[in-house]
Amino acid sequence: MSAASIALEPAAGRASSGLWSEIRRNPTIFLGCAILLVLAACAILAPWIAADPLKHAPVNRLKAPSAEFWFGTDQFGRDIYSRIVYGARVSLIVGLSVAAISSVLGLTIGLLCGFYRWFDGIVMRIMDGIMAIPSILLAIALITLVHPSLTVVIIAIIIPEVPRIVRLVRSVVLSIREQPYIDGAVAGGTKAPRLLVRHVLPNAVAPLIVQATYVCASAIITEAGLSFLGAGVPPEIPSWGNIIAQGRVFFQLTPWVILIPGVFLALTVLAVNMLGDGLRDRLDPRLARRM
Amino acid sequence: MSAYILRRLLATFPVMAVVAIFVFVLLRLAPGDPAALIAGDDATAADIANIRTRLGLDLPIWHQFVIWIGGILQGDLGVSIFSNLPVTRLIAQRLEPTLMLALATLIVAVSLAVPLGVLAAWKAKSLVDRIVMGFSVMGFAVPVFLAGYVLIYIFAIQLRWLPVQGYKPLADGFWASIQSLVLPAIALGTAYMALIARITRASMLEVLSQDYIRTANSKGLATERVLLLHALKNAAVPIVTIIGIGIALLISGVVITETVFNIPGLGRLTVDAVLKRDYPIVQGLILVFAMTKVFINLMVDISYAFLDPRIRY
Repeated sequence: MSAASIALEPAAGRASSGLWSEIRRNPTIFLGCAILLVLAACAILAPWIAADPLKHAPVNRLKAPSAEFWFGTDQFGRDIYSRIVYGARVSLIVGLSVAAISSVLGLTIGLLCGFYRWFDGIVMRIMDGIMAIPSILLAIALITLVHPSLTVVIIAIIIPEVPRIVRLVRSVVLSIREQPYIDGAVAGGTKAPRLLVRHVLPNAVAPLIVQATYVCASAIITEAGLSFLGAGVPPEIPSWGNIIAQGRVFFQLTPWVILIPGVFLALTVLAVNMLGDGLRDRLDPRLARRM
Repeated sequence: MSAYILRRLLATFPVMAVVAIFVFVLLRLAPGDPAALIAGDDATAADIANIRTRLGLDLPIWHQFVIWIGGILQGDLGVSIFSNLPVTRLIAQRLEPTLMLALATLIVAVSLAVPLGVLAAWKAKSLVDRIVMGFSVMGFAVPVFLAGYVLIYIFAIQLRWLPVQGYKPLADGFWASIQSLVLPAIALGTAYMALIARITRASMLEVLSQDYIRTANSKGLATERVLLLHALKNAAVPIVTIIGIGIALLISGVVITETVFNIPGLGRLTVDAVLKRDYPIVQGLILVFAMTKVFINLMVDISYAFLDPRIRY
């Protein structure tokens, strides 16, 4: 947050106010954060607030939601509530790690592209090529090349996301390098690495944070989609996509096995998007006006 | 104009070349022997050797690439490992359901979302605006499969208005075909509609604040004339862009929608091929989908030149 505030100081006088008061003043950010914090708490406390998500209990199979099984059970008698609580771990880990790693990768590549012409020519062609392949297809194709695991899924989702960040960072760099203060710094003898870190990077942080939240949301949806198709995290891991995939067979009999995790998934994505929209309005007023 | 189109057309070649190289390298990048990977866990050494010869994996890599690219340029995408049929024929067989689904989604989404976006911008800050914007924020968060199953649950299982799953080809009658597409098109179109409505509203809001709109209003032109002819036409560039970008979103969504609704299209073909590790099909489909996406981007760029003559640089 502090880095982002520095970037905006000339534009916004209220940038000095604290993070907390900022969150409270903006209802969109507040609600998004609140939902995500509750989910994160559930994910962390899973072993204490949920039963064993893998335990088969044939006696309890296909039970409707009740006091004993809040969200019902599936065809193996597994408790859907417990599976959803553990599934939150997978979704949050995927969302956060994809957002973080693709931001760092995209930022590095984007900065270099914006500054070194020869690098730009090669890398942008590759990025255009990756972007031409629909992300879920690319991810499926990558995953099936190796034995699927959570790490493989995360890497397979990162690869199609990186070009979007590279493009964003590159466009920021290209607009910044035309600014007179960059000419001034160059004339003053500032070397390229220092120029990038001190003058260009701070301007890229605000749009990058906003973009990272959207990448996070899209990663969570993609992971669920991949698992739903049977090409995501291994079926024994209770992820929301896997719960939904395994509920397909008995959908007409037990629709809650699909609908409840689906609602959790939508709610999580909604919360991340709200956080992103709020941050965009706050950090990037120019973009906010256009949306 | 034609120079602009030509330049834009030439720019698609490097992109497709990168995609082709990427798709070729993909299988060779895998750790271990690609032939063993394709053959699966319980293959014999003879099976693996057989696959290796058939895919030409025993040749030097540049030689393999030349053969592969040569085939593609002649419209030959290789032969399926399992069914032994040409990939192009398999794709052609599954084309109709996917095209119909994409077309239905495009029609449903654009014909609902653009008017809603215009309405929201015209009545900005009103209840209508809030409802449209609320929908567009929510709609964007709903995964395709959730939308699909909710629609199936309500309209097919509870109300029994529409079929639960499956696709009726056009040959079985137009109405039967449309009926089987209604729910999938809405499910697939939800996020797409949200996106289009949002951008339409934003773009219209910007145009509606311009002086010439005030002039048009004050000289007494009918509201719908101002909204549609003066405002919407000038707001069109971002809207067309997002409709184009959204098609990329649709392609990923198609794969999932076809699984939810059991539609035997290209999406199902992809998933089945991936699960069986039938790589020639996967490679062919990635190429076809990427080509579609590049082609749509090209169309969007060319449409700019028509919508906004200033872009013909």
